[in-house]
Amino acid sequence: MSNKVKFVIDGKECQSDEGKYLVEAAKDNGVYIPTLCNYEGLKPKGSCRICTVKINGRLATACTSPVHEGMKIENYTAELNEVRKEIIELLFVSGNHFCPACEKSGNCELQALGYRYEMMAPRFPFAFPIREVDASYPRIIKEQNRCILCKRCMRGIKDEDGKSYFAYKNRGKDSLVVADRKLMSAMSPDKAKEAMEICPVGSILVREKGWDEPIGTRKYDNAPIGSEIENK
Amino acid sequence: MSKPVLATTSLAGCFGCHMSILDIDERILTLIELVEFNKSPINDIKTFTKQCDIGLIEGGCCNSENVHVLRDFRKHCNILVSLGECAIMGGLPAMRNGILIKECFHEAYLNGPSTTANTGHIIPNDPELPCLLDKVYPCQEIVRIDYYLPGCPPRADLIWETLVSLISGKPAELPYEVIKFD
Repeated sequence: MSNKVKFVIDGKECQSDEGKYLVEAAKDNGVYIPTLCNYEGLKPKGSCRICTVKINGRLATACTSPVHEGMKIENYTAELNEVRKEIIELLFVSGNHFCPACEKSGNCELQALGYRYEMMAPRFPFAFPIREVDASYPRIIKEQNRCILCKRCMRGIKDEDGKSYFAYKNRGKDSLVVADRKLMSAMSPDKAKEAMEICPVGSILVREKGWDEPIGTRKYDNAPIGSEIENK
Repeated sequence: MSKPVLATTSLAGCFGCHMSILDIDERILTLIELVEFNKSPINDIKTFTKQCDIGLIEGGCCNSENVHVLRDFRKHCNILVSLGECAIMGGLPAMRNGILIKECFHEAYLNGPSTTANTGHIIPNDPELPCLLDKVYPCQEIVRIDYYLPGCPPRADLIWETLVSLISGKPAELPYEVIKFD
């Protein structure tokens, strides 16, 4: 699989290994393609569509598309950025995302994408869905108001037998991510921390933790998400 | 040419956004040179006396009075700016949106820990009092809003840059750090 291929993103000549997912291949070349449901080391799912690019003129998710020789990719265009902004706005209105009251504020990927794509206010009406805070687990709190159903916790947080701590409950607009009670009762503090970190928003919180970083020093306070890739 | 006229109000907010206006520090001296204030808690003018150029709205709409004031602002201001998270998305007051009003009243006046003085177990019912809305509404769901300044509160630099830009007609230069949702 170490065949090198050449491809072009927004006119920039890029090179990477054949078959590597586009998000990763772009990253190797200092090009940021925004992601939300994608997480390094996990099998991509392509559900949030924030990484939508145009490959040879057709829309595709960059996290699930392998690179091939001669691909022509559009990434940073007014059209695609508008689509991304729209997705972010839809996510904001479909949950209850009260940034000022959130433990993850400043370290939240959804919020950081809102900053990056200059969302001043969502264009859609707020749904204000009725959801609960599930504080029934010993190590973590599952804040359902903030869950964006990205499945990162379900795919990434597993025990030594490969069983997921988290799973979907209900369908459609009633979908919730809940945790297995038996596994959760044995969850280690390290695992809980990992779960909080894998959650892109503030939906998985380690108990008795939060607001421990002052405003101004948090991850996305001073530089936009993706700038670490672009300025490498 | 007469000075642009500025009006401000706080609806379902905490006055934090108004504090952030004051946080422009010594630039407030420049501001009073640049604009004339009309209806605003800053000068305590209670009613509009003329048509205004810019209206700053803090807070969303949680009761009938908020809706009335907001509509009045829309009528009297050429440009309306939503100031802060509460005006944009309801903010902390909107955290009651998933709770029945009856439950809110019971918690606030009958069952909550601070209700011991309410020995008559009365839920305020004077007809003079504005009615609570079924939920807290962001301002843009009640009237048309022209500009949005997010933040809790919006940074003083964001408010300043926006006002100067609206007054002078030059595009605002907003660095990454000044636009925050918290």
